[in-house]
Amino acid sequence: MSNTVKLSCRGVWKLFGDNAEKFLEQGIAASDDEALTRASLVGAVRDVNIDIYEGEIFVIMGLSGSGKSTLVRALSRLIEPSAGQILFDGEDLLRMPEPQMVEIRRHKMGMVFQHFALLPHLTVLGNVAFPLEVQGVAKQAREVRAREMIELVGLSDRADNYPRELSGGQQQRVGIARSLAVEPELWFLDEPFSALDPLIRREMQDEFLRLQQVLNKTIVFITHDFDEAIRLADRIAIMKDGQVIQVGTPEELVLSPANDYVAEFTRHIPRGKVLSVAAVMQPVSASHFVGEVLFQQRIEEIITKVTAEAQLPHAVVDNTGKRVGQIDRAAVVELLVGAGNV
Amino acid sequence: MYSLWLQKLCHWKTFWLWALLTSLLLNAYGREWLPRWSLKFPRQWELPLRHEISAFMNWLVEDASFGLFSFRELTRGIAWLLDIPLQIARSFFSTGLMQGVGSDAVQLLPPLPWLGVITVVAALGYCAKDLKLALLVAACFGYLAVFGQWQSAMDTLASILITVPIGVAGGLFLGIMSYRHRWVEKLLSPLLDLMQTIPIFAYLVPILFLFGFGPVAAMVGTIIYAMPPMVRITLQALQGVPPELVEFGRMAGCLPRQLLWKVLIPSARPGLMIGVNQVIMLSLNMVIIASMIGAGGLGYDVLTSLRRLDIGAGLESGLAIVVLAVALDRLSQAFASKSPVTPAVHASSFVARHAWLLGTAGLIGVMYLLGFVIPSVQSYPESLQLTTGSGLSEAVKWLNINMFDYFEAVKSALLLNILIPLKRFLIALPWGWVICLLAILGWQLGRWKLCLLVLGLALFILLTGQWQKAMITVYLCGISVIIAGLIGIPLGIFAAGSERSWRIMQVIIDTLQTLPSFVYLIPVVMLFRVGDFSAMIAVVLYAITPAIRYTAHGIRSVDPQLIEAGTVSGCTKAQLLWKIRLPMAMPDILLGINQTIMLALSMLVITALVGTRDLGQEVYIALTKADTGHGMVAGLSIAAIAIIADRLIAARARHTRQRLGLN
Repeated sequence: MSNTVKLSCRGVWKLFGDNAEKFLEQGIAASDDEALTRASLVGAVRDVNIDIYEGEIFVIMGLSGSGKSTLVRALSRLIEPSAGQILFDGEDLLRMPEPQMVEIRRHKMGMVFQHFALLPHLTVLGNVAFPLEVQGVAKQAREVRAREMIELVGLSDRADNYPRELSGGQQQRVGIARSLAVEPELWFLDEPFSALDPLIRREMQDEFLRLQQVLNKTIVFITHDFDEAIRLADRIAIMKDGQVIQVGTPEELVLSPANDYVAEFTRHIPRGKVLSVAAVMQPVSASHFVGEVLFQQRIEEIITKVTAEAQLPHAVVDNTGKRVGQIDRAAVVELLVGAGNV
Repeated sequence: MYSLWLQKLCHWKTFWLWALLTSLLLNAYGREWLPRWSLKFPRQWELPLRHEISAFMNWLVEDASFGLFSFRELTRGIAWLLDIPLQIARSFFSTGLMQGVGSDAVQLLPPLPWLGVITVVAALGYCAKDLKLALLVAACFGYLAVFGQWQSAMDTLASILITVPIGVAGGLFLGIMSYRHRWVEKLLSPLLDLMQTIPIFAYLVPILFLFGFGPVAAMVGTIIYAMPPMVRITLQALQGVPPELVEFGRMAGCLPRQLLWKVLIPSARPGLMIGVNQVIMLSLNMVIIASMIGAGGLGYDVLTSLRRLDIGAGLESGLAIVVLAVALDRLSQAFASKSPVTPAVHASSFVARHAWLLGTAGLIGVMYLLGFVIPSVQSYPESLQLTTGSGLSEAVKWLNINMFDYFEAVKSALLLNILIPLKRFLIALPWGWVICLLAILGWQLGRWKLCLLVLGLALFILLTGQWQKAMITVYLCGISVIIAGLIGIPLGIFAAGSERSWRIMQVIIDTLQTLPSFVYLIPVVMLFRVGDFSAMIAVVLYAITPAIRYTAHGIRSVDPQLIEAGTVSGCTKAQLLWKIRLPMAMPDILLGINQTIMLALSMLVITALVGTRDLGQEVYIALTKADTGHGMVAGLSIAAIAIIADRLIAARARHTRQRLGLN
C-alpha cells in the first residue's frame, strides 16, 4: 500500500427522483433527511468523499439499502452520479467522453459480481476471454491469456465446461479470473462471496488474500458482512442511508467508533484479532521484562506468550528494536474479558 | 385496512345485486317503459366512420403518391421483393426449378426428393434432442407422404419457411427498439394490444387491396398476424436478462452493438426461442385463413373441401396441417430448450466437427441423384398412397344417421333453455344502462383511468352502429367462456392433483394448442351442422386450454407451507381445496379466464363461417364484399370488447394478488 491516491470521490451524490439537480443546487446538508423527503427524492448516495490508495483493499461495508452498491456503480460510472467528481489517477471520470470511458473500462477496470454474471452460452474459457474478445484481441492470444487466468484460480480442468455445470464457488472463481484477464489497475468486487455457503466463503476469502499478495491491485470491495470486512480490509468505509459514516482501519473502527451505529457492529468483534500491541501497551514502567513483542503484532499472535507469565510484563519494541512500551497479562486479559467496554 | 376493504366489498356486492335485479326488470318491462331509442340506437346518430375508412383506403390505393411512385406501386414493389425468396423455397420443396410461366412452364430440376426432406427433418430432430424426436418428426412427414398430402404440405412448408424468419427478424428488431427506447415501447404497446385482439379477417381486405391476391398477400397477412407476440417476447426476454450481466458487459467495455449481440441476445436466447416457436405456430394457424387471399397448399385444400362440404377430404387435409404443426412445434421447442454441453472429446478437424452436417448433406445429395433414376425416391409412389377420406366420410354419415336424435336433443335443449334466453336478455338491455354499468365497474376496479377507457371503447361500439351485433358476440363469447370455465377449471384442479395427471393433461393441452383454430370447425360442423350451437362448441374446444393450464399452474404453485398449515389445522381434503388452494390460485385462474376470453373472441370470427350472426359475421361479410371500412369497424369493435374484458379482469386479478400478498 502506497500513499498515492488511485481513486478519489469528491462530494458524490446519487439521487433518484425528479428535480434532483434543483435540489442539489440548494446545497442542503447530506444528513437532512426531511429535505429529501419533502422533495420526494431517494438519496442512494449522499455527499460521499473517500480516497482509495494504490494497492490497498478498501472495503465499503453497509447493510442492504445503505447505498454501497450504488456507490460502487457510481465509481465505475455504471450509474451516472447526480453530482460530484470521481478522480481516477487525477482525471475526472464523470467528465470523460464515452469512448474514453469505454477504453478505461476495457483496460484499467475489472469487476466481480455478486451473482457471478457469467454468460450462459460461453464456456469457462469463453467467459474469461470475453473482455479480451470485446477489445478485439485475436483468438489465439486471448485464449492463452484466459488459460493463464483460469490456472491462477485453479480451474484448469474445467476450462471447457459451461457455467451451469459448475458449483457456486467455482463460478465465482471464473468471475474472478474473468475480471483479471485484462490486468486491471482497479478491481471492483461487489459482494463477491455473499451468494456462497459459509465454508466456501471462508475458503474464497483466503484465496482472495492470496491473489492480492501476488497481484497487488487497488481494490474496492463491497460487503454487508462486517466480519468479512475486518478480515480482508486495509481500510473500511461504513455506509448508512447513503452516507459514509466512518472511514478507518479495522483497528480504528474498533477502538474509536464514530457513533453507536458503528459501535454496534464492532461490539461482537473479537478484540484480539483486530487490535495491535501498540493499541494496548502501557508506558514503560517496569525494569524487568520476560521478553519482547513487536508493536504492530496483533494481540492474538502474542496471547500465549504474554499470558504465560503472571507477574512480569513483556517489553514492546518497534521495528528498529527500540523499546516503546510494555504489555502484561493483566492488560491482555482485561482486553479480552472486558470486550465490549472498549 | 383489511376490514375497510371488506366493508367496501360488501358495499359493492349489494350494489351489483341491485344492478342485476334492475337489469332483469328492465329486460322484462323495458319495452313498455322505455322510449324506443334507448333500446335500439338510432341509425341517424351513428358516426360514418366505416365510409371514411373505405374512402381513405380508396385514396391510398388509387391516389396516394410519394412523387416518384405511388403508394400502391410501393406495396406492389414489396410484394415483388417478397415473392423472390418464396419462389426459391417453393422450387426447393414443391415445384422444382421451373422455366417459363403457366402451362408452358418446364421443370428444369426436380424439387428435393421426399425421402431427402424426411432425412433432413429427422436429422434436425436428432440434433435438437434425441432419437425419439427424430422418429416422431420423420413419422409426421411420412404421414404427409403416405396420405397423399405431400405436394400441398411442401407448398405450405415453403411459405412457412420464408414467413417465419421474416416475422422473427421483424419482431426481434421491433423488440430491440422498444428495449432500447422507452418511447418506442410506449408507442408500440397499445398497437400490439390492438393487433392481437383485432380479428385477422379485418385486415385481410386492406392487404388484398395493397398486395393483390396471391401467396405474397397471404404471406404479408401471416407476418402481421404472427409478429406481435415475437415483439412482446423479445422485449420481455431482453428485460429478463439479469441486470448484473448487462453491467458486466458494460464493465468489459462493450460497445452498444457488442452488448446487444454478444451479451443480451445470447443470454435471452431461451426466451427468444419461445418467441420463434410462437411465430411458427401462429403462422400455421393462419394457413387456412391465408388461403382465402391466395395462399395455396394445405390451407387451400381444407378451404375448398369445406366449401364442397367434402368433410372427409377436409378432415384429411386438416389433419395434415395438424401433423405438420406437431412436427414443427416439437422441433422448435427442442431447439428452444437445448442448452450447450461440454463435448466429450475435442474434435479438431473440420470434417469431424461437422460430421452430422456433412453426412446429412451427402445423403441428400445421393438421394437427389437417385431420384433421377428411381422415380419413387423422388416422389412417393401414388399406388402406395392411402386415403382415409372416404372412410371418414362414411363414419360421419353413419354417426349422423344413427346418432342424429341424440345430438339434436342435446343441441335443442341447450339452445332453447340457455342460449336463446341469454341472447334475448342481452339484446333487450338498453345500451345506456349497459354502458353505465361498465363504466361503474371500471371505476370500481381501476378508478378514472379504467373507467374512461371502458367508456370510450363501449361508446365506439355504440356510435359505429355495432351495438346489437356486439351484444350477440358478448353472448356467444360469454356462454362459451362460462362452459369452458366450468369444464376447464375442474380439469385444471384434477390435473394439479398429482404429477401423473399433470403430465397427461399437459400432453392433451399441448396437442389442443397445436391445432390451428380452423380445424376445430370441421368435426363440429359434421355433427351439429351450422348455427350458434356449433360455433359455441368449437369456441369452447379452442378456448378451454388456458382455463385448464392456468388453474393447474395456480394450484400447483400454492406455497406448500400453507397446505401444511391447513393440514395441521385439521382441514379435510375438500376444505384444503375450497379454503386454501382455490383462493390462493384465484389470481391465476382469473388470468386463465382472461386468456380464454381472448381466444374465444378470436375463434368467434372464424366461426362466422358456420353462420353466426355476430360481429364476426360482419367482418366476414366485409371480407367477401371487400368492404374495408365495414370490416375494420366491426373488427375494431371486437378488439374493443376484448380490451374491455382484458383490462377489467387484469385489474381484478391485480387486486386479488395484492390482497393475498402475492408478488
